[in-house]
Amino acid sequence: MKLKNVTQAAGFLFLRICVTAAILALVVILADIVTKGIGVISWEFLTTMPKNGMTQGGILPAIVGTFLVTVITALLAIPLGMGCAIYLNEYASDTKLTRLIRMSIRNLSGVPSIVYGLFGVILFVQLMNLGTCVLSAGMTLGLMTLPWTITASEEALKNVPRSYREGALALGATKWQTIRTNVLPYAIPGMLTGTILGLSRAAGETAPILFTGAAFYLPFLPKSLFSQFMALPYHLYVMSTQHHAISKVRPIAYGTALVLITMVFAMNLVAVIARYRLRKIKME
Amino acid sequence: MKNAKINVSKFNFYYGDSRVLKDITIDIPENRVTGIIGPSGCGKSTFLRSLNRMNDVILGSRAEGSVMLDGRDIYGRDVDVAGLRRKVGMVFQKSNPFPKSVFENVAYGLRIDGIKDKYFIEERVERSLRDAALWSEVKDRLRDNAFELSGGQQQRLCIARALAIEPEILLMDEPASALDPTATLKIEELIQELKKKYTIIIVTHNMQQAARVSDLTAFFMLGELVEYDITSIIFTKPSKKLTEDYITGRFG
Amino acid sequence: MERHFDQELGDLKKDLLKIAALAEEAIRRSVGALKNNDRLMAKHVIEEDARIDALELSIDEKCIDLIARHQPMARDLRFITSAMKINAELERIADLAVDISQRVFELADKPLLKPLEDIPKLTMVAQRMVRMAIDAFVKEDSVLALEVLKEDCEADALRNSIQDELVNDFMAKDGSAAPRAVPLLLIARHLERICDHATNIAEDVIYIIEAETVKHRRKVS
Repeated sequence: MKLKNVTQAAGFLFLRICVTAAILALVVILADIVTKGIGVISWEFLTTMPKNGMTQGGILPAIVGTFLVTVITALLAIPLGMGCAIYLNEYASDTKLTRLIRMSIRNLSGVPSIVYGLFGVILFVQLMNLGTCVLSAGMTLGLMTLPWTITASEEALKNVPRSYREGALALGATKWQTIRTNVLPYAIPGMLTGTILGLSRAAGETAPILFTGAAFYLPFLPKSLFSQFMALPYHLYVMSTQHHAISKVRPIAYGTALVLITMVFAMNLVAVIARYRLRKIKME
Repeated sequence: MKNAKINVSKFNFYYGDSRVLKDITIDIPENRVTGIIGPSGCGKSTFLRSLNRMNDVILGSRAEGSVMLDGRDIYGRDVDVAGLRRKVGMVFQKSNPFPKSVFENVAYGLRIDGIKDKYFIEERVERSLRDAALWSEVKDRLRDNAFELSGGQQQRLCIARALAIEPEILLMDEPASALDPTATLKIEELIQELKKKYTIIIVTHNMQQAARVSDLTAFFMLGELVEYDITSIIFTKPSKKLTEDYITGRFG
Repeated sequence: MERHFDQELGDLKKDLLKIAALAEEAIRRSVGALKNNDRLMAKHVIEEDARIDALELSIDEKCIDLIARHQPMARDLRFITSAMKINAELERIADLAVDISQRVFELADKPLLKPLEDIPKLTMVAQRMVRMAIDAFVKEDSVLALEVLKEDCEADALRNSIQDELVNDFMAKDGSAAPRAVPLLLIARHLERICDHATNIAEDVIYIIEAETVKHRRKVS
């Protein structure tokens, strides 16, 4: 009896230490970035071009670049991912092939991002001859996000109670009507959450855009989807490791990191809010 | 049988290799309540779901034999399954309202049928709710979420939803098994009203319920139809010993 | 809430009223046949009994069916089980009317011992008791049913006085009076039995309404 209690107490203590350590690490990193970055943040920093070899000025092109790339990523990953998920979950029969496909999708989400980057170079930049540009980078990130989107969407579809489907079918709805009116409305919040989390991860990636369109230093905004662009994560990488005057630009690097984190955080917040909102709407 | 709405003959149903319904032959009369009883796993639910082809969704399932509805085989080649299900409505064991308003739940079947006329829909929703003996309780709550209704009301809402598309047959899969005695009584009374307009087939593990509501009773066991007769005969002088043993609680 | 079951109970009640009406009619006719020495009427009563027997069987079946299908409880259960008993009582009453009618044939070609006096009185008591018992059942009136129980003493008294008179004043004095006295003795007995059945019905009615058994509890007075 006593031994049991001791074991339990020890177990809980261990778990508490784990949680504290994880949170502590996070807090330290965040505090470091916020305290060192907040000083550089100003309206000017957010809305002007970098100047004097990126030692002065703002990071506007990087913000715009990351935003554009993320939009492209979303446009590719959301419809394609949801479509795949709907097909796999609702239409595909349970055969060896579909099981293989499903397993491959799960595995793809574990592939290192640099591999996607190289794949993007070959497919979009070279084979499709799009060149290094916003579009190529966005589509590369889109491909990388796809496994996440599909898996999250499939989970969301699975979570819609069977009774909703049966209820609709029993009322003479066709399969597609059932999915459209009585499955998707209840799955979309879950699908969106997974997808946005995938997108926010993509927004922070450097490797896939490195060879597909991100530029080292471009003190102007991309003119079209076929232009090269600056991106926050790459800019941060440059400022912290590649710049000729690293110690001088350190505050700018911290500012960039803060902006990037804030953006990712904002996207996650949107996911949470969207999920909450849609939950409420679907109840009406 | 005269006035048979459904003639099932030599019907077999398989899940993969296991044969869950064995040579079922039964005639179900129009405007009567036919109860199906039997121990769990006897195939009664599978049989019920065969009548509107709800089993089709189950992978690896297979049907043999014929189920004639008004003289036409519902397992025929060119049968429109969605159309069949509009004719053969179904109410499930667990009430399954959609997460929509009371009104939209009932209107669902009409909307997916492409009906847009607002007044037509309003009128039909009201009539269906009246027929399901729910109107007086929800007429001021039509915009409320269906989940806010009580369990018994939710089940009657599901009945109203099925009635809205004017089926000819109503299949009920243990419609009161999750309800308290008062709500159960309401459903049973409702069934007596509904049989004037619809042919009702009800599966229940509660034999007393079958005795109370059904005009005819079929006793299923191990996928076979053991006995089928007028309810009062089944419950007072069944002809098979197996039936007698089951209804007197000697097994199962 | 009106249950569909209530309709079926109502139908059962109607059937019981029908058999009650037939039984009452049988008494009325048999007594009429006796009074008027109407053999045709007596024959009619005997023939009509088949209808009552058939109705009794169908009511019995209906009760069993209701019990099997509705698993009645409390008042419903008391009503149906009592209905079965009342049904049997009424059928017995009709049988007694047949018995009286048969006595008419035995008496037919013989002159009366004396003018009928107490037998018409007992007849009236019997008819009144049956009437009241049925009324009590229809109106679910336990007070009226209690009245029936009280009347039973009068019936017993009347029968005793008829018996005394027939045995002491006629049969004891003149053995040859027996063939004419015995049928009258039996009729008195039949009528008194009818009163007993009416009493039983009244007791069943009280059981339905008050859920109380009054049977075999009354003081013999």
